[in-house]
This record gives sequence, structure tokens and C-alpha cells, in this order.
Amino acid sequence: MKARLSVAYVPLVDAAPIIVAKELGFAEEEGLELDLLRAPSWSSVRDWLAFGRVEAAHLLSPIPVAMALGLGGVAARVSAVQVLSVNGNVVGVSQALAARIADAGAPDFGDAAGAGRALAAAAGGRLRVGVPFPFSMHAELLYYWLSASGLPAPEGVEIRTVPPALMAEAIGAGEIDAFCVGEPWGSLAVETGVGRLLLPGSSIWSFAPEKVLALRTDWAEAEPELAGRLMRAIWRAARWLGTGGVATTAAEILAREGYLGLPPELVDRALSGHLVVSPGGGSHAVPGFLEFFAGAATFPWKSQAAWMGHRMAARLGLEREGASTAAKAVFRTDLYRRHLAGAGAQMPGASEKVEGGITAGTMVASDTGQMELFENRFFDGQIFDPSRDN
Amino acid sequence: MSKGLSIVVVEIDRDRALAIVDGLRETGDHDIQVISEVSGLARRLAERNPDIVLIDIANPSRDTIEELTLATAPLERPVAMFVDRSDDGLTRAAIESGVSAYVVDGLRPDRVKPVIDAAVTRFNMVRRIRDELAETKRALEERKVIDRAKGLLMKARGIDEGAAYGLLRKTAMDQNRRIADVAAALVTAAGLLS
Repeated sequence: MKARLSVAYVPLVDAAPIIVAKELGFAEEEGLELDLLRAPSWSSVRDWLAFGRVEAAHLLSPIPVAMALGLGGVAARVSAVQVLSVNGNVVGVSQALAARIADAGAPDFGDAAGAGRALAAAAGGRLRVGVPFPFSMHAELLYYWLSASGLPAPEGVEIRTVPPALMAEAIGAGEIDAFCVGEPWGSLAVETGVGRLLLPGSSIWSFAPEKVLALRTDWAEAEPELAGRLMRAIWRAARWLGTGGVATTAAEILAREGYLGLPPELVDRALSGHLVVSPGGGSHAVPGFLEFFAGAATFPWKSQAAWMGHRMAARLGLEREGASTAAKAVFRTDLYRRHLAGAGAQMPGASEKVEGGITAGTMVASDTGQMELFENRFFDGQIFDPSRDN
Repeated sequence: MSKGLSIVVVEIDRDRALAIVDGLRETGDHDIQVISEVSGLARRLAERNPDIVLIDIANPSRDTIEELTLATAPLERPVAMFVDRSDDGLTRAAIESGVSAYVVDGLRPDRVKPVIDAAVTRFNMVRRIRDELAETKRALEERKVIDRAKGLLMKARGIDEGAAYGLLRKTAMDQNRRIADVAAALVTAAGLLS
């Protein structure tokens, strides 16, 4: 029997697994009719999910963690059942700041340490930085990178919340000097001539869980059959997105008026990993810019949640060990294993790993023998071991 | 009437804002302010320090209010989305009507409820008016296109207005399409051929 499910998303390239699951028939194969609801803000997505307006949502990976720690406007139990995308953000700056950074050392695109040093030297006063949401990988990456570069964040900079679609406008209007945002909204700032890209997010952390598929915990437990069908449809869409040569097709679908409503060429940049860094400039290849599938990208590693919980707790003065435990509990490796084993997903032997500890592709134990994990390192070489007091 | 609360309504459209404020005034002697400028919203709100903030769910700037849920300075009061655990229907009605309410910590639900009720009613009302306006506008546009298509048919085939409309209606029925869609296709095609 065909079941209808509502799924909320924010118009971004990394909503692709959900949109593709509907548009290319992966949902239909599982007997699902998906109603996709485009949300105007991240708080709307969260509220729609928390109060039952939708069954599932495309959500910033730190939101379920923040909710588990009792942070943010709404308290509800939400589970992250699979990772929808890894990386995919860009750090950009205004034209004025870009000129000062060029004078202060002109770092290569992708050199996070060099860009950090140049930015610290060029900042001149309190830097105003836009992020899409207080609980976001954008905020976490910026705090990590700026603090390690001699600009203590958030305390030493002014962080402003700006919705992704309004980021280009905000930098154009001079309301912010820099931003970290998901694609295609950084490329839009370049295209409209108001900004320049400084770094891909992957140069700060090369394997950062960006968005998750979030379900209300009580719903996931009461409707395991439906949850499984939805997860398999989206997982197969992610596998398709991870296949070589589909970027153009995927860009055409995402660019449609009902979804992103932008030129396909702009959407294609993130999908193909070829970014245009400055207005009128050439394209720049960034391997691993946005990953939907390979390198066990879809697995909701508990250590990823622990890292986020640990960072938030340290920043907001919460007890760290409890935060780490609460965070791990909402990344549901159990549901991932239960619902996706039958679909052919490879299952890693462990559910957590040392984050930042892989300098090149590595084979690890899995249910079928071995599976590959991709490079996973922080730009400053730190490692995070979830089993230790970091 | 309960003792007044300090309420901020975030709304760009002046008429909508006035309609909402009117509704809220009926629930008590509140100090109500409207913010219609979304840039620097978090700072403006922090300066006014209201008990309740009402904002349209569809307003993308709503995410900036989320900053206020992290009270970091001693004088700041943490806020939370208004959720009445004892009255699920109210929370759902609020979401469906498109209003989101942020309430400072420690405010008693029975003081907040009448305000939210009034906000839900007013948000529903202004949304209905907006939907009706959009519907009227759409109907007018379609009327215009149908008139143009009729004119094209009358000229090309030398028939009268009634016959031209009959032809449009018959084509629409045969193709299982709306008359307005058939008319639009005809007008577009005529534009290409001329």
C-alpha cells in the first residue's frame, strides 16, 4: 500500500538526497509518496518536525545534538538516523575584506592555516561573520578555525544569523564582512559580484557531517516499517548521487523553480566540485567538496555527535561528559543498521571512530570484510577521541 | 483583562501588523511594538527586551531570534518557543496559522495563552484575506487571457464572441484541460506566429 510522508527541507544543494528520492522514483520503489515542504528557515524545519507537521526533515547535523542538550527554542526528542551529506560549505568574504587579505598574504584557496593568518592580520576591528543558524556546522567550523587562527570565536568576533538565501544580500549590503554558508548561496555571492570565496569548509575539517535525516524519535519507534522505507529510498538516492557523471542531471533537477529556483550552472558547481572563487575568475577543483555517499558518508557516527556535543558544552559551560553521552544517543546507528542492512549498505564494525585521525583513505573492518574511510583531519592536525576526556 | 505584557510583533507589512496589533489589544493593556526592519533583528529585540515576540513562520529572519535562546549575559533573559504542553491543540493551531511565538523564561502559561489565541485568530484572518486577494488577482488575470484568446479566434475565424468561447470550452473539455490554460496556450502560440 502506498503511504504518504511529508519531508521538510531548506533549499540547498545538500537537500539533494531527499529531492532525488522523490524525483527519480526511489521513494516510489518503496511505495512512498513524498510531499516535500520547502522551509523558509531552519527554525521552521525544526518546529514542523517537533510538532508533527512533517514526519522527517533535512536538518543541520548540530540541531538534534543541541536539542538533546536542551539548547534552542524547542525541546523535543529528535533522532538523526543517517547523514545526508558531508562537507559542502564555503567561507566567503566581502570584496573589501578580500582586498585586505590579498595584501596580508594572498593565501591559496584551500589553505585554511594561511587564510586564517591572513584574515587575523586583515580583520582590522571586530569582524562581523554571518552563519545560517546558531546550531550549525558552519558555526562550529568557524569557531574552530578562527580560534585556532588567533581570533577567539565566538567571543572575539560578532556572529550574526543570516538565512542562507539572504547571505549574498547581507554581504552586498555591508551588514557582514564574511560568511560561512552552504551551496549554492556562496556561489551566488560570487556571481552577483558582492563577495569572494576564501575557503571550502572541507579545508577546515575534511570530513564534517553537514546535514542529517532527522525523525521524531517517538515516530521512528512507533513506525519502524515506514521509517525503514523512507531511509532506504533516501539512501539509494544518495548512492545514485555518489555515482560518477550524474552532477549535470542532479543540477537540472535541483535547479527547478519549485526547489532551488536558480540557474543549473550555479547549482552544478558544488555537485561537480568545481568552484568559481572570484567574480569572473576561473573554476577551481576541490576534491571531496561535497560527499553524499562514498567513504561511509551516510553512517551517523556517534563520534561525530560527540565532537559537536563536546564543542557546544565547552562553549556554553555545560558538563562535558554528560553532553557527550547525550549527543551520542541521538545519532542512531542502531536504526541505521536495522533499516539499511537489507538495502545493501555496508556496516562498519564500530559505531564511533577517532575524528581527525585519518590522513589518507583507510580500509576498516565491516560486516562484509572491509570498507573505505576517507581522509578525516582538522586543518591544525588535532584529533578527537570520543572515548577520552579531550 | 490581564495585566499588560510587553509584546513585539515582527512584521514587514504595515496592514498585517496593524490587524495583528488590534487583535492583541483586545486581550489586555499590553505594551505592543512592531518591528518592520529585519536587519539587526536580534539586537533590536535584545534592546527592547519584550516578554513575548510574535513572528510569521514564513519570515526567514526568524532564525535570528534563535540567538536569543542562548542567553549569555547576566541581564539577558532566555526565551523559548511557546509550547503549551497541556494544550497541544493550541501549539498546532499556532503552527498552522503561521505564527511563532517566543516567550521569556518564567512567564506563566495562563498569561500567555490569551495572547497566543488572539494572535492565531488574527494570523488566520490576515492569511485568509491574503489568499482571497491572490485568488481574485488570479481570476482577473485568467479573465484577461480568455478575452484575448476569444478576440484572436473571432478575428481568425470570423465568428462571434459566443462561438469563440464555445470553441475554447469544447477544446478544453476534449483535452481535459482548463479553459484558462487552453486560452493561455493560444495566446502564446499567436504571439510566436505573429
